[in-house]
Amino acid sequence: MTHATGDDIRLMKGNEALAEAALRAGLQAYFGYPITPQSEVLEYLSLHAPEHPGTVVLQAESEIAAINMVYGAAGAGARTMTTSSGPGISLMQEGLSYMACAQLPMLVVNVQRGGPGLGTIQPSQGAYQQAVKGGGHGDYRLIVIAPSSVQEMVDHVFLGFELAERYRNPAMVLADGALGQMMEKVALPARGSLPHATPPWATTGKPKERERNVVLSVFIQPERMERQNLILQEKYRRLRETEARCEQLQMEDAEIALVAFGLSARICQKAMDLAREKGIRVGLLRPVTLFPFPTAALVRAAQTVKAFLTVEMNAGQMVEDVRLSVEGRRPVEFTGRMGGMVPNPDEVLAKIEEMSARLRSRAGI
Amino acid sequence: MARTEAPTGMEVVFERPASLVEVPTHYCPGCGHGVVHRALAEAIDALGIQSTTIGIAPVGCAVFAYDYLDIDMQQAAHGRASAVAAGVKRVLPDRMVFSYQGDGDLAAIGTGETIHVANRGENILMIFVNNAIYGMTGGQMAPTTPLGMKTTTTPFGREVAAAGHPLRITDIVATLPGTCYVTRQAVHTVAAARRLEKAIERAFRLQAERRGTCFIEILSACPSGWKMTPREANDWIESHLTKQYPLGDLKTPAP
Repeated sequence: MTHATGDDIRLMKGNEALAEAALRAGLQAYFGYPITPQSEVLEYLSLHAPEHPGTVVLQAESEIAAINMVYGAAGAGARTMTTSSGPGISLMQEGLSYMACAQLPMLVVNVQRGGPGLGTIQPSQGAYQQAVKGGGHGDYRLIVIAPSSVQEMVDHVFLGFELAERYRNPAMVLADGALGQMMEKVALPARGSLPHATPPWATTGKPKERERNVVLSVFIQPERMERQNLILQEKYRRLRETEARCEQLQMEDAEIALVAFGLSARICQKAMDLAREKGIRVGLLRPVTLFPFPTAALVRAAQTVKAFLTVEMNAGQMVEDVRLSVEGRRPVEFTGRMGGMVPNPDEVLAKIEEMSARLRSRAGI
Repeated sequence: MARTEAPTGMEVVFERPASLVEVPTHYCPGCGHGVVHRALAEAIDALGIQSTTIGIAPVGCAVFAYDYLDIDMQQAAHGRASAVAAGVKRVLPDRMVFSYQGDGDLAAIGTGETIHVANRGENILMIFVNNAIYGMTGGQMAPTTPLGMKTTTTPFGREVAAAGHPLRITDIVATLPGTCYVTRQAVHTVAAARRLEKAIERAFRLQAERRGTCFIEILSACPSGWKMTPREANDWIESHLTKQYPLGDLKTPAP
């Protein structure tokens, strides 16, 4: 994202930068519950919301209550957000399913921690599938965007609200504990750069001249329920067609394409540089939107690279979507760490070298 | 919407409230929900707040409340109507907001939200329809089911050893400083329904004055779930349910 010259430059922690960005993006209501490693969002908003009169910040009694307060505020037409991690995000899945069906725009931020179970508070990408495949019950998708820097923790708040409101769909920023906790330089956009108007479908009180507005996710007649599903599927088709975003680095001459999102992409960037120093031509594909998944970029890359290596902080979740995109045209391998462990660039480099050696022996070099 | 026209020389003495939609009911014969809906609509009309009121429907038979009430409404997840109502009220503090829940919704799965919404003194009206049973799912035991009552999940009658005691959640809510008006009403007689309408009006007036959470429990018949005729069900409210849940105000606001 490019920034206007009037941008405010600061050194900030990811969670706090995200919270400040939300205020500048015109956040009207935040409902949250403390959980490591994202509690700073609630703390920062509690401290700074008074600088933005009218902004509601409420510590809920649970993540379940928080997501349902978001439902109410979104249904009433407000720009609204919640943030959580791991077990808290799991508790919010029912509410997210309701909001997807009711077509309510909102932003949920998952600062992922290692799981399963109570797990650990260290960074992870173990919620990829939960985030991009729906996560709760029924056929629905969230718009999922994955920051890989503190700057993107800011930018993706704006992008998340924008996409959520344009498509009337919940959006998720899928971050992780490292992005939430680390400090980097950020450019903060000015307040007021993302306009918001109360949508006509919002429940704001029924004037005489219009029919009543009803926000609902129940369509008891199966014919009507199927129609609602078709409306959602058509929306997801439009999202796939127009909103997939993917950053590409040094792909022009690459024979091995690394595929990684979020923090893993930062690690891969280093591994790519190390590999190139050793003469191995490596490029990087970084999906910025995880739903819609940038399938077209992978299909294009499959025409030029010899193999893909997906790197994730989980047991191999996005790699399934990489394989679905590549459709067997090229081998797709995986390396990753789990449970809050962050892969080292050297570990990724070792895997790259191993793949490169195999490719060369296969080619008879 | 067409209003009743009185023939020359006569006057209209009874008509459908403007805030109630003219559609056939889906509720069972003898069910109390329709009466509660009407009382709400009458109170909304009496106060002239149709254009500023937002209701939150629950999961359960009353999930379709928005088919009957001609106001803006949201439908909440099971147990969460009061949290949704709080979310609406926080962003629209000058609107009238009420949640509408049954006993399974408000006093079992949604107990946490019930207590905390009332404890924060969210400036909303919580309508709590207590029919001592899960109606929509076919008559299972609710937290409010009296001891000895047979339901599909207490086929030999509710026993303390297995299922604990009937929960008087309204009594708990009344202890919370965030609440200003807590009352237990019923709809088993015409007089009771009239008192309910007045209680709802009072609660909305208090909400306009930002006095805190108002909470109205309503004992209501579920003849289908109770395996009774409508008449028997209303009689049973008087003979049994009011003994477990005595009618009247539990907390009234200081003037």
